[in-house]
Amino acid sequence: MIPLLKRIFKTGIVSEPSPDTGDAKRELDQLGDEILRILGRALTIRQVDAGSCNACELEIHALNNPYYNLEGCGIKFVASPRHADMLLVTGPVTKNMENALKIAYDCTPDPKLVVAVGDCGCGCGEVGALFGPNYATCGAVENVIPVDVRIPGCPPTPTALMQGILAAIKTR
Amino acid sequence: MRFHAEPIDFIRQPGQGAPIWRGRAADGEDLLRYAISVHRHAGRLCALWGSDERLSDAVLRLHCVFALDEGWQWLSLDLPPDNPVYPDLSGVFAAANRMQRAAYDLVGIRHDGADQRPWLRHGGWPADWFPLRHDAGEMPANDNQPTDYDFLPVGGEGAHEIPVGPIHAGIIEPGHFRFSVIGERVLRLEQRLGYQHKGTECRLASADIFTGAKLVGRVSGDSTCAFAWAYADAVEAACGIAPPPRALSLRALLLERERIANHLGDLGMLGNDAAFAFGLTQFFRLKEDWVRLNAQLFGHRFLMDTILPGGTACDVDAAGLAAIVAQCDSIGREVKELQHIYDEHAGLQDRFLTTGPIDTALVHELSLSGMAARATGLLLDARCHRQGYVPPPPYDKLAVRPAADERGDVAARVAVRFAEIYESLRLLRLLAVGMPSGETCVVMEPKPGGAGLGVVEGWRGEVLVGVQLDASGKIARCHPHDPSWQAWPALEHAVLKDIVPDFPLINKSFNLSYSGQDT
Repeated sequence: MIPLLKRIFKTGIVSEPSPDTGDAKRELDQLGDEILRILGRALTIRQVDAGSCNACELEIHALNNPYYNLEGCGIKFVASPRHADMLLVTGPVTKNMENALKIAYDCTPDPKLVVAVGDCGCGCGEVGALFGPNYATCGAVENVIPVDVRIPGCPPTPTALMQGILAAIKTR
Repeated sequence: MRFHAEPIDFIRQPGQGAPIWRGRAADGEDLLRYAISVHRHAGRLCALWGSDERLSDAVLRLHCVFALDEGWQWLSLDLPPDNPVYPDLSGVFAAANRMQRAAYDLVGIRHDGADQRPWLRHGGWPADWFPLRHDAGEMPANDNQPTDYDFLPVGGEGAHEIPVGPIHAGIIEPGHFRFSVIGERVLRLEQRLGYQHKGTECRLASADIFTGAKLVGRVSGDSTCAFAWAYADAVEAACGIAPPPRALSLRALLLERERIANHLGDLGMLGNDAAFAFGLTQFFRLKEDWVRLNAQLFGHRFLMDTILPGGTACDVDAAGLAAIVAQCDSIGREVKELQHIYDEHAGLQDRFLTTGPIDTALVHELSLSGMAARATGLLLDARCHRQGYVPPPPYDKLAVRPAADERGDVAARVAVRFAEIYESLRLLRLLAVGMPSGETCVVMEPKPGGAGLGVVEGWRGEVLVGVQLDASGKIARCHPHDPSWQAWPALEHAVLKDIVPDFPLINKSFNLSYSGQDT
C-alpha cells in the first residue's frame, strides 16, 4: 500500500487545461457550467465502433487518461445508448454494422447528438476516400444516420476529439 | 527443398525478410498429406486464403501458409473454376475452419467439410456473389437483412444463453459473443465475428503498391507497424529489392515502440478490469508520454504510414535517438515500480491468478502464435533464434530473448507483457546506439507478376501479408493476416473454467483485434 500511495503522491495532478474550441478561452474554463446549463446534467457519450481499424478507439481511450481527463469536464462514456446524450461513431459503417448502428441510434433518447469520428467516419481525406462505400461498407456515418458534427483525422488526436465534442455541445 | 520427406518441392523466397519457401501442391490429397505432416512435426497453419487466377492461369487458387521450426512454407493449390473444392483442413488444423469459410465468402472456393456457415458475409451481399472474383462487377441489389446464424445450442436443465454484442458496453470494436451458461458458470462461448469487415482486400486489388501500404497499415490500427513492415517485406520480395540497413533498423525501432505502447495500454486496462483504476491512470499516463514522443519524432502518434515498400518514410537524427534512449530509461524505471505494485497487490493478483488458463497443447492445436502462446511457456517468437532458425535482420544481431511464462493464465499474460516491455526497451537502446548511417529508402520499381510473403512478429503475434502483383505492377491480390484469427478460438477455450464476470478481464488479457480478423 505504501508504494502505491507514494506513487500517487509523486505523480501529482498531470491534467492539462481543456483545448481551445476557437472561441474565447474563458468560456472553456466555464465548460462544466455550460454543460450543466444546456443539459441539466453531465454529458454522457455512447461510443459506437461501426467499422474502424481501432486506431480511433485508441485515441478515444486516451481521452480518459489523466492528461486529457475528459471526465473532469463532466463528460463520461456510458454502456448503453439509452443512457447517452451523444453517439460518438467511428468507422466507414460496414454493411454488417449498419443495422446495429441504426438500432443504437433509435435507442438513444432525443434530443441526441451524433458525432462522426475519423476520416473514414466523416468520409473525407485520402483515407476516407480509400475506405469509401463498397460492397462491404456504406462509407461515412452520415450515409446511415444523421450527423451533427464531424471530427476528421486518421485518427483524430485526443485534442481534436475534445474540440469536436465541445463544438457539438455548443450546437445545442 | 523438401520438408519431412513430403513430395512437394519448395523454393526459397529471395530477400532479407523471414525465411519463407514457396511450393505447389499437385492436388488436394497432396495438400492434406502435407498439412498432416506439418501438424505431426508440431508445426502451425498460419494463414489460408483464396485468389482468382482465371485471367492468367484459368484457375482459382487456394493459398496456405504453414510454419515449421525452419520457417514458413507458402503452399498453393490450383482449383478448377467449375468445381473449386478442396479437402477440409479443419480436422488437422482447427484454425482452418474460419479461414476456409471466409475464403468461400470472398472468392467462392469451397472446402468439402461439414461446417459451411458463412463467416464474413452476414447478409450484406448475396450468397452467390463473390466480391474477390475479377468478374464480380457491381454488387447485385441486396437489402442487407440480418441472417440467422446457427450457434451450437447447449441444452439441459438451467442452461441458458447470454447474447453479447455486436455493440459492447465499452469503447471497443464490435463482435458477437454467445455464452451458454448455468448460473454464472460458462459452459460454452461461441463467437460470431465479421462485423468490421470493410472489404479491404477488395480495395487492395488493382491498387498501386504505395496505396496498398496505406490500406494494409489500417487493417488493425494498433498493429500498423507490424502490418506495414510485413507488407513491405512481401512487396520487396516480389520486386527483388532490398531495403537499406538503416531502414531495417528504423523499422525495428518503430515496431518495438508499437509493442511497448500496446503493452502499456493493456497493462492499464487489465488493472482497470480488475477494479484497480490506479493501474489504468498510471499506465495510460506512461502510454501518453510514449505516443507523444512518437508524434514529435515520427509525425504520428501510432506511427501510421512510417514504413513503406523500399524503406521508411521517416528518419530520426542523433537528438531524436538520444530522446528515445532517455525515454527508455525513465519509462523503464516507472514500469518497474508499477510492476512491483501490481505484484504486491493481493486483490489484483487474486483476479489474475488461475483465471482464463490455456496450455501448450491447446496452443499447438489452434496454431496460436505470439504473446498468448508464450504465456503458456512456448518459446516461439519470429524475432528470436531457435534451432534451425535465424531471424531476419536486424533481429539476427540483437539476440532477442523470448519472454515466456508457463502458467497460461491472465497472470502469465500480464507477466509476459511486463517482460516484453523490458526486452523491447533493451532492443530500443541497442537500435538507437547502433543505428547504421545511410539512406532510409530505395526507389521501388514494381515487378510485373511478382509475388511475395512477409512475416513480422507484431505485439500480438505473427502478422503475415501475401502479395501478388499483376502484369502492370499493381496489386492483383493482397491478403493481410492478423494473428487474432488463431487467437479468437483460444479465447473461447480460456473462459471455460471461469464465470461470466471474469470474461472482460480474460478478453483484455488477450486483447484481440476484431478489425484485423474481419478486415
